[in-house]
Amino acid sequence: MNSSDQLRIVIVGHVDHGKSTLVGRLFADTGSLPEGRLEQLQASARRRGMPFEWASLTDALQSERDQNVTIDTTQIWFATRKRRYVIIDAPGHEEFIKNMVTGAAQAEAALLLIDAHEGIQENSRRHGYLLHLLGIRQLVVVVNKMDLEGHAQARFDQIQTEYQRFLQSLGLQAQRFIPISAREGDNIARRSSAMPWYGGPTVLDCLDQFQAGAPLVDKPLRFPIQDVYRFDKRRILAGRIESGTLKVGDKLLFTPSNKVSTVKSIERWNAPARPDATAGESIGITLDRQIFVERGQIASLEPSPPYELTRFNARVFWMGRQPLRLGAQYKLKLATQELDCEVEHIQRVIDASTLEEASRTGAGGESVTVSASEPTPGSSPTPHPKSHSQSDAASPPASLVRRHEVGELTLRTKTPLAFDVAEDLPATGRFVLVDGYDVAGGGVVIADSYPRRTSDPAHKSANIFWNEGKVTSAQREARNGHPGCVVWLTGLSGSGKSTIAAELERALFNRGQHAYVLDGDNVRHGLCSDLGFSPKDRKENIRRLGEVARLFADAGTISITAFISPYRSDRDLARSIAPEGRFVEVYLNAPLEVCEQRDPKGLYAKARAGEIKEFTGISAPYEAPLRPELVLHTHQFTVEECVAQILEKLREMHVERELARLAEHPSGPTTP
Amino acid sequence: MSRTLDDLENQSIYILREAFHKFERLAMLWSIGKDSTVLLWLARKAFFGHVPFPLVHVDTTYKIPSMIEYRDQLVRDWKLELIVGRNEEVLASGRTFPQGRATRVECCGTLKKDALKQVLDKHQFTGVIVGVRRDEEPTRAKERYFSPRDAHMEWNVTDQPPELWNQFKTDFPPGSHIRIHPLLHWTELDIWEYIGRENIPVIPLYFANEQGQRYRSLGCAMCTAPIQSRARTVRDIIEELRQTKTPERAGRAQDQESEDAFEKLRRDGYM
Repeated sequence: MNSSDQLRIVIVGHVDHGKSTLVGRLFADTGSLPEGRLEQLQASARRRGMPFEWASLTDALQSERDQNVTIDTTQIWFATRKRRYVIIDAPGHEEFIKNMVTGAAQAEAALLLIDAHEGIQENSRRHGYLLHLLGIRQLVVVVNKMDLEGHAQARFDQIQTEYQRFLQSLGLQAQRFIPISAREGDNIARRSSAMPWYGGPTVLDCLDQFQAGAPLVDKPLRFPIQDVYRFDKRRILAGRIESGTLKVGDKLLFTPSNKVSTVKSIERWNAPARPDATAGESIGITLDRQIFVERGQIASLEPSPPYELTRFNARVFWMGRQPLRLGAQYKLKLATQELDCEVEHIQRVIDASTLEEASRTGAGGESVTVSASEPTPGSSPTPHPKSHSQSDAASPPASLVRRHEVGELTLRTKTPLAFDVAEDLPATGRFVLVDGYDVAGGGVVIADSYPRRTSDPAHKSANIFWNEGKVTSAQREARNGHPGCVVWLTGLSGSGKSTIAAELERALFNRGQHAYVLDGDNVRHGLCSDLGFSPKDRKENIRRLGEVARLFADAGTISITAFISPYRSDRDLARSIAPEGRFVEVYLNAPLEVCEQRDPKGLYAKARAGEIKEFTGISAPYEAPLRPELVLHTHQFTVEECVAQILEKLREMHVERELARLAEHPSGPTTP
Repeated sequence: MSRTLDDLENQSIYILREAFHKFERLAMLWSIGKDSTVLLWLARKAFFGHVPFPLVHVDTTYKIPSMIEYRDQLVRDWKLELIVGRNEEVLASGRTFPQGRATRVECCGTLKKDALKQVLDKHQFTGVIVGVRRDEEPTRAKERYFSPRDAHMEWNVTDQPPELWNQFKTDFPPGSHIRIHPLLHWTELDIWEYIGRENIPVIPLYFANEQGQRYRSLGCAMCTAPIQSRARTVRDIIEELRQTKTPERAGRAQDQESEDAFEKLRRDGYM
């Protein structure tokens, strides 16, 4: 045995399916029990007039032994010839799920037990789902109590087929299914003679085949700052490297502050000095240039910083006594960051044991009543209007996630949060939600088209620079009489984007302003002719247009875009590309029925007929802006009135003085 | 260098730094034993040679005398801030084991548990770092890294907070406090391997004397029995532990009083 090798394994499954018995058996069969322990437990069972249970080895609490049920998770050590194991016994009772999750969150691999006699039960599935959510990818399923089923292969096969199907729906696969009897010791340390039809490995063989979790050395650097100390006249940033490698001389980017400084030294105490540190190490660093850094910031290296946003999507397992509520505020803890967040939207609520969307037709009525009668603090009156227009009609959107349910949510933080997607970088992609004094939810950030922002263009890469010409934007502004900007029109097809864009361009031109329309259809002829209409292509389409609009704005032009741009994150990306404070998002909000009636290009008719796939508003979502600079209800105003409102907005915003002056003294070309 | 010892050390340092950040009124219990001395060493690792919080020694006055000498020596050498807590009232009344007709468990309750509460109350500590390990004893195996105790110091063992991915319970109602357990994931063998690797000075009572006896776990003189052993060095102890099947706390008499004696003590606030 090599003591430097240790693996943490969690044992999960439905209540009474034999988890604690399996643990006891593993101990006894590997000779890991302390002297006299077995005799002590047997004597104790006799005193109570109860049959001896292996479970009493781990069920240390009096209340556990009294009720013969595991309440809390426990950890004990044993060794095979290959290595040492930490066995985490997790309770299977629904009431103690938070303890099961606590145990499983620390494991690198899992054994899931199913009782051959009782078959697959609610928590067999729920635990499987939670292992998946917690990111455990090494799983062996053990079908226990085969002795109660006459060691029949048919029963084993039946359970294997059924559970495999469940795991597949999660995108999971078990390394193996093993028929055992924990009580009898069949197929645990020794092959069972009672099941000659099974030729696979024993449970112990499988444990030895699991891989120990390798630290994430090859991933991008994430060094969350835990604290800043002043010791011995040095300012030391302390923390643990969660992924990647950090070296003296590295130029670190701190997110969310976006400040940059270079590592001067790596600090350790009573340890050999090394000029680098890798994932897993708790270290300290000093910087060559003093910048303001505080707990919560994540140090990384260009070009792979974490996301830095105030909004993200997550899957959250809820354990709180009170349900998670739409619009409610919770404290979010991710790495060493702590900030308040609001549940902005609940996309889906999943019953972790059936994987079905929790029915909210009956329960939904109830949840709506709840939220209507007691409006939650902080709940914004902004509905989430059109993004779920299709589902809105069928059932109201979920407004709460109950205990032991999983919610797919959009969370919004007050200030930017540095994070990653959990699949890529687990340590900076998972978080907990705190309700009052209690950790009430565990969550993972799920993949989405989040815009990525880097500190500033000069730091994006060592080899790419933004060339500043000899003409400054201030000089362009002085000559043009107005700054460049981006007016971003968004709305359903038929909401009036092209019409209003054309009229706005003419109005500005007539006032002597430099304006140009980037039309959605026009760019698809050339710049974006290689792109289709899938979410990915739409995203790339918007990204290119955002870049072009930004160049136009930089050149001093008021660039007007007219694209559906249905996804919030894409528009956020365009906003982040545009010069600071020079992005005017205008939401053309006309009801779907009105747009469909207008149908200027006959597209709605085609979409309804199924000839166009992924048509926004019909078969693809439109995510309405949450905080646009301007909303125009285009079905209530004329085109001229709409244009006037945009001009008014521009006046209010950054081109006010110039427009006002020009309006009084028109000097440019006039309407022909 | 062993990967496991590094992993254990890194995790403990992380927890100590979380505790230091989260609790303004923070103290570390130091029993003078091997575990809390390793913990003290880890604190110096975490804070680059410093120990930025006071140590609390709950002194029953029945400790083996050389423990106190060793304690005072380290306090001087490592420049530690030490608070000694004693249940003066009970000591004065003489209601202790065995002369004062208190049982072992009652004696532990007053001289250790109640004395601890008196210190916590006096100094208003809200975070207390304790060097318990999961492999010592089955109720400790169920502990959390950050484990709340209510205003009466009671441990609600059947309703412990979830603890996910190093996000610990750091929000708690006034009056209660949090026990922080940075050594929870270490085993007795790990402790000795680490003492050997780091060359940490431990009290000589752990090594076999001329009579072939050593202490494996240290407590009060009348309730702690030495074991037969020829282990005179750290290396000998490691070798001995690899072979033994006797539990670590077999020589601690208060654990053996009844089946759930220790659980009751811990529920009431014992370490």
